[in-house]
Amino acid sequence: VEFVTLAATYSKVNLGQGFPDFPPPDFLKEAIVRAVGGQSQALHQYTRAFGHPPLVKVLAQFFGKLLGRDLDPMTNVMVTVGAYQALFCCFQAFVEEGDEVIIIEPFFDCYEPMVRMAGGTPVFVPLRLKAPEAGRLMSSADWGLDPAELASKFSERTKAIVLNSPNNPLGKVFGRRELEAVARLCVEHGALCFSDEVYEWLVYDGRQHLRVASLPGMWERTVTIGSSGKTFSVTGWKVGWAVGPDRLLRHLRTVHQNSVYHCATAAQEAVAQGFQRELELYGKPESYFMQLPRELQQKRDWLVQSLAAVGMKPIVPEGTYFLVADISEFKSDVPEDPSSDEPYDSRFAKWMVKNKGLAAIPLSAFFCDAHKSSYSHFLRFCFAKEEATLKAANDILQAWKREKSSP
Amino acid sequence: EFTKVAADPSIVNLGQGLPDISPPSYVKEELAKAAAVDRLNQYTRGFGHPSLVKALSHVYGRVCGRNIDPLTDILVTVGAYGSLFSTIQALIEEGDEVIIIEPFYDCYEPMVKMAGAKPVFIPLRYKNDGNSASSADWVLDPAELANKFNSKTKAIILNTPHNPIGKVFTREELQVIADLCIKHDALCISDEVYEWMVYKGNKHIKIAMLPGMWERTITIGSAGKTYSVTGWKLGWSIGPQNLIKHLQVVHQNTLYTCPTPLQEALAQALWVDYKRMDDRDCYFYSLSRELESKRDRMAQLLQEAGLKPVIPDGGYFIIVDVSALNVDLSDIVEEQPYDYKFVKWMIKSKKLSAIPLSAFCGPETKRQFEKYIRFCFIKKDSTLDAAEVILKNWNKQTA
Repeated sequence: VEFVTLAATYSKVNLGQGFPDFPPPDFLKEAIVRAVGGQSQALHQYTRAFGHPPLVKVLAQFFGKLLGRDLDPMTNVMVTVGAYQALFCCFQAFVEEGDEVIIIEPFFDCYEPMVRMAGGTPVFVPLRLKAPEAGRLMSSADWGLDPAELASKFSERTKAIVLNSPNNPLGKVFGRRELEAVARLCVEHGALCFSDEVYEWLVYDGRQHLRVASLPGMWERTVTIGSSGKTFSVTGWKVGWAVGPDRLLRHLRTVHQNSVYHCATAAQEAVAQGFQRELELYGKPESYFMQLPRELQQKRDWLVQSLAAVGMKPIVPEGTYFLVADISEFKSDVPEDPSSDEPYDSRFAKWMVKNKGLAAIPLSAFFCDAHKSSYSHFLRFCFAKEEATLKAANDILQAWKREKSSP
Repeated sequence: EFTKVAADPSIVNLGQGLPDISPPSYVKEELAKAAAVDRLNQYTRGFGHPSLVKALSHVYGRVCGRNIDPLTDILVTVGAYGSLFSTIQALIEEGDEVIIIEPFYDCYEPMVKMAGAKPVFIPLRYKNDGNSASSADWVLDPAELANKFNSKTKAIILNTPHNPIGKVFTREELQVIADLCIKHDALCISDEVYEWMVYKGNKHIKIAMLPGMWERTITIGSAGKTYSVTGWKLGWSIGPQNLIKHLQVVHQNTLYTCPTPLQEALAQALWVDYKRMDDRDCYFYSLSRELESKRDRMAQLLQEAGLKPVIPDGGYFIIVDVSALNVDLSDIVEEQPYDYKFVKWMIKSKKLSAIPLSAFCGPETKRQFEKYIRFCFIKKDSTLDAAEVILKNWNKQTA
């Protein structure tokens, strides 16, 4: 909340909070206009609490295909107010006092407070940077879990592990061996897996997004979470979903029924139409799920170049629309302050937005308190932005570099 | 259980509180306009879209006669339901007691329990013995109410205008509640979603406006009820900063932000009506007039069919005593309250649905209310026409 407010006040170029500044696809805008303007009043009134029927039906079809199983729209799918609320329902439904939940660092910042709110204890395991090869940029693939370290985090108190692939903020796309390691441990310890896959379509360089729920032994213990905001570039619609076995979803339904009950109807109708279109165009070049990653890969490459050119060291992400860059070269602008409790990168980000008008999020925001200083010189940038925005960012960076080099 | 009935088109559905009347056209147009603006399809401010909280602060600032800060005194939520959830999660703790007035909107009890607190029920009772003809006949016994308050009481949940009875609490009645809240330093969670639906001779009074109450009251409102757009699921909580800030924290950790285009459209609609709050054409007042004639029509039809309606002073529900009909329900074997069985029989044999009143009661009070069922009358004329046909033929069939 703090960084969003600062960006709103000071930034000329906001690469902080994760949302696109380019328009949603036309077919989706047309769908919502049809939904709200149509003769039927029904789309302005309550729909089915666990998900508008046309939407759950097409989600069941779509994800059934991807997971290779027959999904029942009424029991295997639930619609939520954004993926955020699906996460909330998972923690509330399954985590009890005394339970442990494994969170992989760096993590989307809501996981920790949500675990605590449910009375659980978060147990952190970091992605570790393997020594980067000289002469090339770091990649999110250079970060991985130490298998022995991961195994040591599981105990009889472990209720669940939260998986986020593609990972926000690093952009890492977990590979098959890594997911199998997680799966083995879940099965061995009878743990659940909350799989946050909101960036599932945003994978680059020919990488494949693998769904952990499709691994052996995993369907029955996994809740897979998705987001129309990220899928269709409409973060402001707040339509998300949870997919999983009925024995798990029924508990999500209970939480949902006692917290928000219904989600907005018109937005669900429009998302349903969006998915219908994508179902028909699946795998074809006109599919939005093919076009969006292509466009974003270009933007990624643009921003990587921009940052590298001025001496910031970007970690090239395999997925999502975020990248993390090492800003050590610019440290002289913001002196270290041993008296301050605030992580260096947080102070740097605040200084940068106020003085350079460029907003980004400090990587420490994605670590638990105890580990905030482990990576103190990284900022996360969002590149889901119009060319003009990325150019403007480049201008700021270039001007900044020139300032530093001039006597 | 009863919402499944809504899907069957052969049944005249006066059960679930769902308008089938059209929202005002400018409300729909504003949504279409908002959805066409690119940046309005992305995240907005978590605690409420700026133009919406500003509009709400103006509308309610005027109603309350006080300065309401849009950023600190207001939280926008997913429906009033979301406000109830955020309020209860934020302010109620394990071991607290929360007073709930029966009959009650059914989510209050599970929400209170979910927060680890104990619901303490107090029923509305008839003032007059026997026949109750108006929602005003149902009152709280002040001595009984006072007895429910103790040192563990964190809050009382008030719902005015009341669902399902339609009672509009008077100033004197609110004062009794206020006095107890102040005496026991308790909070008041005031669910006022039907605030604009108040009929002739009645006035909706905000308990937060009584002396000593602003600092201890969260007032909850609903776009769905205000503009007949239940499917937009936007509501709001208004109160003092020191309470609202806790609701904001809960909200930030549950769903973070509400949909943007809907909030923008609601803001624009509120400005339209804010500007004409002195005008009888303001939708806040015109809807009420429209509903009053539907209420009167429903009441008449019910009376002609030999049923005994309780005429509501507010809201869009009407409850009906069905005991005089003496319908034979002996072939429904399950152990269920009378009204549940009656509604099942009515759906099956009369193709008309309603909600049994015991659905709104705690376990001890179900007996007291089991001869009542609730009808919703925010329905278009053709729906009421269909209901009329059924009600007019009612006696013919049972004779």
